[in-house]
Formats: sequence, structure tokens, C-alpha cells
Amino acid sequence: MEKRAIDWWVGIFVLLGIAALMVLALRVGNLSGFAYNDGYVLHANFTNVGSLKVRSPVRLGGVTIGEVTHIGMDPKTFMAKVTMRIEPKVKLPTDTGASIYTEGLLGEQYVAVQPGGMPQELKPGGTITMTQSAVNIDQLIGQMVFDKASGSK
Amino acid sequence: MAFLDFVPNLGRRVLLTIPNLGAAARFLLRSLVAVINRHFSIQQLLKQVYGFGVRSLLLMMVAAFFTGMVLGFQGYYALVRFGATSALGTLVALSLLRELGPVLTALLFAGRAGSALTAEISSMKATEQLNAMEMMAVNPFAWVVAPRLWAGIIVVPILCAIFDLVGILGGYLISVPVLGVDGGTFWAQMQSNVTFSGDILTGLFKALCFGLVVTWIAAWQGYAAQPTAEGVGNATTRSVVTASLAVLGLDFILTAFLFT
Repeated sequence: MEKRAIDWWVGIFVLLGIAALMVLALRVGNLSGFAYNDGYVLHANFTNVGSLKVRSPVRLGGVTIGEVTHIGMDPKTFMAKVTMRIEPKVKLPTDTGASIYTEGLLGEQYVAVQPGGMPQELKPGGTITMTQSAVNIDQLIGQMVFDKASGSK
Repeated sequence: MAFLDFVPNLGRRVLLTIPNLGAAARFLLRSLVAVINRHFSIQQLLKQVYGFGVRSLLLMMVAAFFTGMVLGFQGYYALVRFGATSALGTLVALSLLRELGPVLTALLFAGRAGSALTAEISSMKATEQLNAMEMMAVNPFAWVVAPRLWAGIIVVPILCAIFDLVGILGGYLISVPVLGVDGGTFWAQMQSNVTFSGDILTGLFKALCFGLVVTWIAAWQGYAAQPTAEGVGNATTRSVVTASLAVLGLDFILTAFLFT
């Protein structure tokens, strides 16, 4: 085969490999974090975040509107501080609540936000004050067993 | 008498294996370093990348497509009993990215390109072309072996990335339109459980190691072949068998190291 043609084919081959890697990275792997890059940041303090992870979804009525970008600890209040990035077109009122729910019985955990009715909107960088922590199944079972035991007396 | 011959034969084989391994390692080093030799030509390298890569592309894509579809089917029937078909995307992607992609690419590569490489080098040796090169002061390592070795190292990860992608598409086509798994869940579960550095890059790193090992074994078997017609045939068989076993063995070691 002619030299030029080989060069072209090899070039196409390498480009195809790079394209495959890009698609794998963006579509299959979770490097596609730029989806919410233009969103605004909100914080929420929880007493217990359970197994919530960075990149866990933030949902409103079951629709994903953002993702968790950072989970840290507030050294003063000893509360877990969850930082989220929310789509810019979703404006939440100041009395919005946030809870950590589990998808299905054993699924992944996510942040569910319940919008309130106040006319003022949460500003970027604001904090959601009304929060409900992750449900700890072990604790629930323990409580139930304990209740049963004390109730039968 | 046959049994009595067996014992000294075994001893001879063991004793011959160790210096052979040393010679093969020296062969590898000499060929890899030959990139800086003046007889190494980029044009030769491109020609080999074309021969190994572009011409294996269709084979890899067809193999990947069927592998992905089978994974989709089998995964679905295993998961549907637990009502966990939402994990199908993760299952298909992780099996392909971590194991099947690199290993099947390397095995197909050993059969498709490795055998041809051994046959080529051993016939060059049988027809004394390698000797002729040395007579003309052309370094055969730089002119013949190095481009093939480097082409193998470059090509196998690229083929593996394409294999992974086509395989996942095959799995998707079976899971979502045929078996009725939710398409959004398929991708979302895959995305939340596959990591770029932990799964995709380590898979490609595996493929890189396999590319080196397969081309190394193929080139060495060709170089060390008996310079006869029979020797060429034997070397080609040995090349495919040894390379395939080496890939499977190395895969175990790499998995133990990379995914702990």
C-alpha cells in the first residue's frame, strides 16, 4: 500500500482510539462532572450523612437537579457539612428542607430537597437550615427490637 | 526406556529454560532500546501499526459486539431473579473494562497479529534475511524487531479502548431495546459505579502490558526459531500458545496488584 494511505489509516486508527477513550471517560466513567459546573452552590448541615458520597445526586420531586460536590465536618457544631451544586434555573425558596434518602431498600443515598413557600430565594452560597439526616437502618432495627422487648413486659 | 528418557529430558528442558529466558529478556531490551538507533524508521513503525491495528479493527469490533451482547443476556438472566436488573449497566461495563476487554483483545491480537509476526521473523531468519542485514551493517533489531514491538505496545491499548466501547454498546443494545431494562438506569448506574482512573485506565494499563508481552513472545519465538520450514511452523504454534497462556497468567497477577 502507498505510504500516504498508511499514514492516513494509522492517523484515523489513533483518533478512533482517543475518541473511544473520551467516550468511555465521559459516558461510562463519571468524569462528566462538568454538567453542573455552571450551577450555584448551596450548603446543608446534617447530623448524619450516612453513606452519602461526593457526586451523589440532589433531587427535587425525583428529578435530579444537582450533585453533591463536597462533604466535610464543621469543627464548631460537629455537624456534617454537605456542599451541593444546583442547576442555575432551579431557584429554591429560603425555607427549603433537605433530607437524605435511600434509593430502594439497599440502593444509593441521595439528597432530596423539599421547596417551601417563602417568596425569597436562597442565594448562591446559602445554607439550607431545615435538614433531616440519613436513616440508619441498624438503629431503626435496634429501636424496634428494643420497643418490642419493653412493650411485652 | 521411554520413562527413563523422561527424567533426563525434563532436566535438560529446565536447564535450557533459564538461559532461554535470559536470552529473551536481553532480546527485549536490545529491541526496545533500538528506537534510538539510526536504522529505526517511523515509516516502518506506522506500517506495523497499520498491519497490527487497522487491519485487526474489524475483527475486534465484531468480537466486542458479540461479547457485549452475551454479557447483556447472561447478566440479565442472573440479575432478574433478584430484581436487580438496574445493575446490568454496571455489570456489563465493569466486566468489559476490567477483564474481558484487555484479555480478549490480547488473545485475539496474539492469534491475529502475533502469529503473523512470528511467521514473518522466522521466515526472514530461515531465508537468511536477518544475516544479510547484518552483513550490510543494518541493525535487524532496529529495522525489523523494534518497530513491531513498539507497534504492539501502541496498538493493543487503542484496540482495547475500542473493544470496551463497542462491547458496552452491544450490551446496551441487548439490555435496553431487547430485554426492556430502563435506558436511563443503565447509563446512570454505570456512571456512578465506574471510575475513570480505577477501572478505565487500569484496564488500558493491563492492555499495554499484554501488548508488550504478546509482541515480545511472538518476536522472540520468531527470532529463536529453527531456520527450517518445519521450524517456522513450530515457532508460529508456540508463539500463539505461549502468548495466550502468558496473557492469562499475567492477567491474574495484574488483577491481584491493581484491584486491591
